[in-house]
Amino acid sequence: MDIIISGLLLGGTYALIAMGLNLQYGVARIMNLANGELLVLGGLASFWLFVFAQISPLLTIFIVAPFAFVGNWLIYRFLLRPLVSRAKTQGQLEVDSILATFGMSFIFVGIMVMIRGEYFTYSFLAAPFEILGSTVAQNRLAAFGMAVVIGLALYLWLNHSRAGMAVRAVSVSPDTAKLVGINVARVSALAFALGGAVTAVGGTLISTFITLDASVGVIFTMKALIIVIMGGVGDIRGAIIAAVILGLVETAVATLIDPGLTLASAYLIFLLVLLFRPQGLFGKRPT
Amino acid sequence: MTIGRTLLQVNGATKRFGGLIAVNGMSFDVKEHEVMGIIGPNGSGKTTMMNLISGELRVTSGRISMQGSSLSDLPPHQIARLGIARTFQLVRILPSLSVIENVIAGGAFGHAKKWGSGARFFAESLLEKLGLAEQMYQPVDALTYIDQKRLELARALASEPQVLLLDEWLAGLNPTELQVGIDLISSLRDEGRTIILVEHVMDAIRSLCDRCVVMNSGKKIAEGQPSEVLSDPEVVRAYLGDE
Amino acid sequence: MRTNDWQSIVIAVVLFALAAIVPFIANGYQLSVAVTAVMYVGLATSWALFSGPTHYISLASGAFFGVGGYLVATGMSDYNLSFWLMAAIAPLVAAVLAILIGLATLRLSGVYFVIFTLGLAEMVRNLVSWIQNNFLGSRGLYVLTDFTEAHIYWMLLGVCAIIFIFGWWLGRSRLGFALRIIGNDEAVAKHVGINTAWSKVILFMTTGFFAALIGAIIAPRYSYIEPNQVFSPELSFLVVIMALLGGTQRLWGPLVGVIPFTLVWEFINSNFSNFSTLFLGLAFLLIVYVIPRGFVGLLQTWGEKIRT
Repeated sequence: MDIIISGLLLGGTYALIAMGLNLQYGVARIMNLANGELLVLGGLASFWLFVFAQISPLLTIFIVAPFAFVGNWLIYRFLLRPLVSRAKTQGQLEVDSILATFGMSFIFVGIMVMIRGEYFTYSFLAAPFEILGSTVAQNRLAAFGMAVVIGLALYLWLNHSRAGMAVRAVSVSPDTAKLVGINVARVSALAFALGGAVTAVGGTLISTFITLDASVGVIFTMKALIIVIMGGVGDIRGAIIAAVILGLVETAVATLIDPGLTLASAYLIFLLVLLFRPQGLFGKRPT
Repeated sequence: MTIGRTLLQVNGATKRFGGLIAVNGMSFDVKEHEVMGIIGPNGSGKTTMMNLISGELRVTSGRISMQGSSLSDLPPHQIARLGIARTFQLVRILPSLSVIENVIAGGAFGHAKKWGSGARFFAESLLEKLGLAEQMYQPVDALTYIDQKRLELARALASEPQVLLLDEWLAGLNPTELQVGIDLISSLRDEGRTIILVEHVMDAIRSLCDRCVVMNSGKKIAEGQPSEVLSDPEVVRAYLGDE
Repeated sequence: MRTNDWQSIVIAVVLFALAAIVPFIANGYQLSVAVTAVMYVGLATSWALFSGPTHYISLASGAFFGVGGYLVATGMSDYNLSFWLMAAIAPLVAAVLAILIGLATLRLSGVYFVIFTLGLAEMVRNLVSWIQNNFLGSRGLYVLTDFTEAHIYWMLLGVCAIIFIFGWWLGRSRLGFALRIIGNDEAVAKHVGINTAWSKVILFMTTGFFAALIGAIIAPRYSYIEPNQVFSPELSFLVVIMALLGGTQRLWGPLVGVIPFTLVWEFINSNFSNFSTLFLGLAFLLIVYVIPRGFVGLLQTWGEKIRT
């Protein structure tokens, strides 16, 4: 029961991060391998503001989100857009964007190491809390709650607003979206920026209960990618379920076998997905 | 050349994409030295049919076989090795290879397995035959559209195929080029090659095909000599709608 | 063979002979840099044999290299087996591992492959540490041999020679041609009769084989080995950067990337170690935005300019 509760709570936060990556990869068609570093930056901001200004991480997200939005918009506009325009094929863009975002991830790590090379440890809402007979820390619950709220808002925005509809249209088919008068370049930039903001907020939330450090980003990139692929690229419902599965499996492995094997268990899931459902949990078999 | 024994057999081939049936119970034979046309209105399943033969897609049910051995469950590279070569609806040239390498690529792995100086010599002779002798050492991005189409054809011929699939090979050519293209295919026909072609250009169908199959909504609605088939009332209705 | 080929062979033999006398003239520090450089020449060249034509970016070098080093260490330390036996087994184990990874991921698009290899070194390290902690007890392993730095250097040089000969053969073989076609257009590749999945898996396997062999040979250099040290994700990235910096269109491309980069990397690590990660990031951006075809591409462009 403890495992299920903690797994679910962890999964909720993972789902938020995966949603961010989904916006970037599913809509803007950029496989952003600096995603995890963005998350860590969100965590670093939270750590700083908490330690030096006693600002609650739950408020920090309102500072992190706009900064991350603008930052990601600039990255898309000035670093990634040129790659999109020069690429002759999708494959070319794939390789270029992978290498470019690797570069960015290293630069982020390099900068963060200079700011703070140690762990970002702080204690926020660490008091235990009883839920359904299990004890969990309040911060986990708060993070989960915020993740649900943000995820829900994003879901409503995507499905019930005009801009959200444009985003979904581009995600399904950029070429057709162009034909109906959607400015694909602008929507892609918007989705990329929004995805980045969501990821950074996810990082702020995660930093309340997981100790981060400058170099841990790549692990989160891996996890987010595994979730997105398992859920099916662009499929929000799939991503949520995939995130919960990953959260549960990781918590189970960490509790029952060894915390050192969480990445190995994520890989096992990844391998199964690649072998049996590379199109995602709910995806149709490609024809 | 006289038409020979049956080479390729399509028997009840069906392809389903979710709820859509793109090809529905198609059956036809292709005989040696025959040029067979597949025609039909847009979206009638012609290209899907070609993709089923070349192995790009797998049949949902039914059977496709060549000289008795089944092709339906084989991956494309094995089908190619059995002697089926194709061109693509949207021309696909290998951009970072030279013109001659593009042709050698067609013969090195498939049916012919030509390699080394023999392959080079054969590729040169094919390029000369198709009128690309002068472009042989140019980079491929300098080729005109019809030359790209020629190059793709040369690549397909390099494997010395038993059956050649041409998927709208004449599409997009201007009237002068079109005549050149028709003459080219006609010369292949005179060599006694077995060809299946999907085409929209009716003149080409009339002058090139020994026989053709008409598809509509994934089904075969007529089969026979081009002149007969094109005057069949059901075929006319398929093209022009019910009036 | 044409005159051009003979010329290349003569140049290659002369360069190889020059490289072979380095241990006699270099001092200790220079030799240790040379060992590192030769190690990366082997890793980057064999990486480029697969990733160059196919554009599948492999980040698995660190994992395979680690398998090589770790197997040598555990074989010698825990089971008293000879270095030579382990150096022969390790590449085979890595090759099998590469086949399995390749079969699972190389049927799919490049993104899946990059992601899978991205965390591979870290995952294998976790797994190995766990097995060691729970079942084998000890954590550190000793690799004690009589090899000097010069011996290691010559062995690595020998491996590089094998890789270059293999690459030279590959460039003239049907398999190499098949990979170039796959890199151009996989659909066409299938329809001209290429078994694309196997062609990719075979080449990926050779990359894994050589990376593990190099990892095994260099293990005696460290004498004391623990999983955290040999399974280095950073190594995978360095290999990618060096190969792309040099350029993958030519067999000798990675070589011209490795030598300057190793020197600069050595310099930065000893003088500005705080900036090394930042520097890696900038190197990636340099490759993508400034010299996408590497030094080889630059040389070609200059060559064309001079001619016209």
